[in-house]
Amino acid sequence: MIPVADDVSAFLARRARWSPLELAFWVFAFATIWLFPGKHLILTETAILALFALSLDLILGYAGIISLGQAAFFGFAGYIAGLVAKYGIINEPVIALILAGLAAAALGFVTSFLVLRGSDLTRLMVTLGVALMLGELANRFSNITGGADGLQGVNIAPIFGVFHFDMFGHTGYVYCLIVLFICFLIARRIVYSPFGLSLRSLKGNTLRASAIGIPVNRRLVAIYTVSAGFAGIAGALLTQTTAFCSLDVLSLDRSADLLLVLIIGGTGYLYGGLIGAVIYKFLQDWIASLTPQYWQFWIGLVLVVIVLVGRERVEEWTTEVRGFLARLGARIVTRPAAVGGAAPDGH
Amino acid sequence: MPILETVRLEKRFGGIVAAHDVSLAIEQGARHALIGPNGAGKTTVINLLTGVLTPTAGSILLDGRDITTLLPHERVRLGMARTFQINQLFLELTPLETIGLAVSERLGSGSDWWRVVGSKPAVTEEIVEIVERFRLADVMHERTAILPYGKQRLLEIALAFACRPQVLLLDEPAAGVPDAERHELLATIAALPKEVTVLLIEHDMDLVFSFADRISVLVNGGLLVDGAPEEVARDPRVKAVYLGEELDA
Amino acid sequence: MLTILFDGIAYGMLLFVLACGLSVTLGLMNFINLAHGSFAMAGGYCTVVLVNRLGVPFALGLPIAFLVTAAIGGLLERTLYVHVYARSHLDQVLFTIGLVFMSVAAVDYVMGSSQQFVVIPEALQGQFIVFGIGMSKYRLLIILICGLLTLALQLMIAKTRFGSRLRAAVDDRRVARGLGINVGAVFAATFAFGSGLAGLGGALGAEILGLDPTFPLKYMIYFLIVVTVGGTSSITGPFLASILLGIADVAGKYYVPKLGAFVIYTIMIVVLIWRPQGLFARSTAR
Repeated sequence: MIPVADDVSAFLARRARWSPLELAFWVFAFATIWLFPGKHLILTETAILALFALSLDLILGYAGIISLGQAAFFGFAGYIAGLVAKYGIINEPVIALILAGLAAAALGFVTSFLVLRGSDLTRLMVTLGVALMLGELANRFSNITGGADGLQGVNIAPIFGVFHFDMFGHTGYVYCLIVLFICFLIARRIVYSPFGLSLRSLKGNTLRASAIGIPVNRRLVAIYTVSAGFAGIAGALLTQTTAFCSLDVLSLDRSADLLLVLIIGGTGYLYGGLIGAVIYKFLQDWIASLTPQYWQFWIGLVLVVIVLVGRERVEEWTTEVRGFLARLGARIVTRPAAVGGAAPDGH
Repeated sequence: MPILETVRLEKRFGGIVAAHDVSLAIEQGARHALIGPNGAGKTTVINLLTGVLTPTAGSILLDGRDITTLLPHERVRLGMARTFQINQLFLELTPLETIGLAVSERLGSGSDWWRVVGSKPAVTEEIVEIVERFRLADVMHERTAILPYGKQRLLEIALAFACRPQVLLLDEPAAGVPDAERHELLATIAALPKEVTVLLIEHDMDLVFSFADRISVLVNGGLLVDGAPEEVARDPRVKAVYLGEELDA
Repeated sequence: MLTILFDGIAYGMLLFVLACGLSVTLGLMNFINLAHGSFAMAGGYCTVVLVNRLGVPFALGLPIAFLVTAAIGGLLERTLYVHVYARSHLDQVLFTIGLVFMSVAAVDYVMGSSQQFVVIPEALQGQFIVFGIGMSKYRLLIILICGLLTLALQLMIAKTRFGSRLRAAVDDRRVARGLGINVGAVFAATFAFGSGLAGLGGALGAEILGLDPTFPLKYMIYFLIVVTVGGTSSITGPFLASILLGIADVAGKYYVPKLGAFVIYTIMIVVLIWRPQGLFARSTAR
């Protein structure tokens, strides 16, 4: 091999390696099982939210698809997981989880053609429309879904027949954390691969991407499907750990909160969703203890303020933090990418 | 048989005719220039050839095969690549990654999702070879957005070249390049392999006449003249169109 | 069946009055205002307070709702919205969703979460029977008012100076500015007017659509569908779209109760795929 090519190969391999900080993050994440035994319920919610945010980061941070409708896949899989458990169709949670995830991915595949064409605005509206439509469906067919009261009588069997879901959420948390980690591993693989690189090119300039032979639509459909699958897994996890599923899994609130999580955490480097979820949950917990009923008001206010202040300033903050982390030795894949910012792609 | 041929190509936008009755026949290995006043439809022709625009009439043949209805990326797979008049690059990626994309895609590993970029030695070698050929080795790890314009222009051409095309369409490659960087660019274009057919759109007459072995003149969407440089330079109609501009090399 | 047509037209015209402000805002400033429904809600509650609690006559309650909502719209535009115009669509969506959340929670806090009903004057209750068709008096009023409003809007846009400035600014903002048109003022006025119309629509529609704090969320998708299908470059586009959707929705719910609502969702998706810029928009999409 030519010496330079050798160097380049080594450089690329090094970049994809797990950095000490990444390892520390996950060691700590798993350590929380023993460090915070009393907080497992809220930690479970955080892990689920992190996975959900990861799914959006894949399409938004890497492929540049703006979506307000991830809740559609979240809720769809959530209901499926609940229904198969309730009617005893599938009694093993892990199998049900995989099934629900595949179902959500299928839904993603089928609706992916909607986000291929059109501007950011069209995508926003279409994805929003699909999510609201599913919400309406769930409402109408309340004899199946339980409507506004939610799905009742869901009993989740023990995992592998051995690990019971307990009242304190211990089993649930370990379960969610492991699933989150596995999904993260898959996402990480994708992101550092040639496929992942091509996604970033789509985000930057689809005209050029097709001009160098990249089948743009095929790639977008692929990542949208994967992302829907992840969102679905998150939704199914929620149903399984709470033994309940109601209409708010399909609500606009969910999709909006998700965007907020990614804004806080940053997009395009995989950890944004995870970190954002942790911060968001802290925020929510704190505000909810102050005003439980009008939580929505404060979320709205945070959204308004963030936009007025400028997401770029929030971006700068996360950039600084990431720069700091990079100096500490973490490997950050991409430069911080602005969430939904208009890329100069010559259209 | 010409490697690239158009048969009575036409493009209408509502009532506006951007190109009509454009019939070109370009032989393999040719250095063919497409010139004409601003707004003559030169970029439209390139967009039609590459599939960015769909013709309202006429057909396009690549190596004898009708490609008129193929999507842009499919044409690239068949061996046609282009550069853009205004750089169309991936600003957040590095030149290494950018060229890497084109090479990966061409060698069929563009959709691999389970292995790390750079883990196939054959691919990496080719990427590095192209990077060095186009004198981008010193900036290959920099973000494209911060590269000087000349380097970006080189990358633009390198990217098209990385597709190893049979036919390379260059849309005003020297446009906007400062004099200091022009020489490097022109030398690179002149050094392109003989087997690659090049169709060049340019305003720079020095470049056109030193480079092309055949020139087509496009005016108001139609072909005015098509022939060897000397013929075109002598043709009174062409002189009239350029209003007395010096065409002699 | 004709009653359904009649009801559908009434519903459609109501939708139009509610949504046309959103359409113009989108076409004019390329700004997506998901909080549009909040203005409608404001108008509705304003009328509720005036008519139910303060005894103001219905006929007066409507125009006051319009004015109050227009004033709120104008105020918010100058203080908040103006900072967000240049932002990306995602920012605008986040911003306006934030406003929706705030308005929904605020109204819930102040007015409670139960559905409100406007006390309709005696004269408007009941229906006429004409040629065997039952026409609700209230719906007739809606058709009348909305019809007149639409005509007035069309006249205003086509015949007045303000209208031509508006059309110029929608067509090409930069050129309009270059011609000396105060685009900022045009927009402020249009936004206020559009919000006022939404408020009026909310007041009129309280009886038919139901008024509670979740109104903006429930009906957001309807407004978006009107704008999607009708396009943003004319008044007639959203008008026709609204009528189409109104009839489709009412008919759908009547003939296929379980799935009635999906008729319009399906229409929206089909239109978006087929013609991303709307059914009635001009072919020059921005």
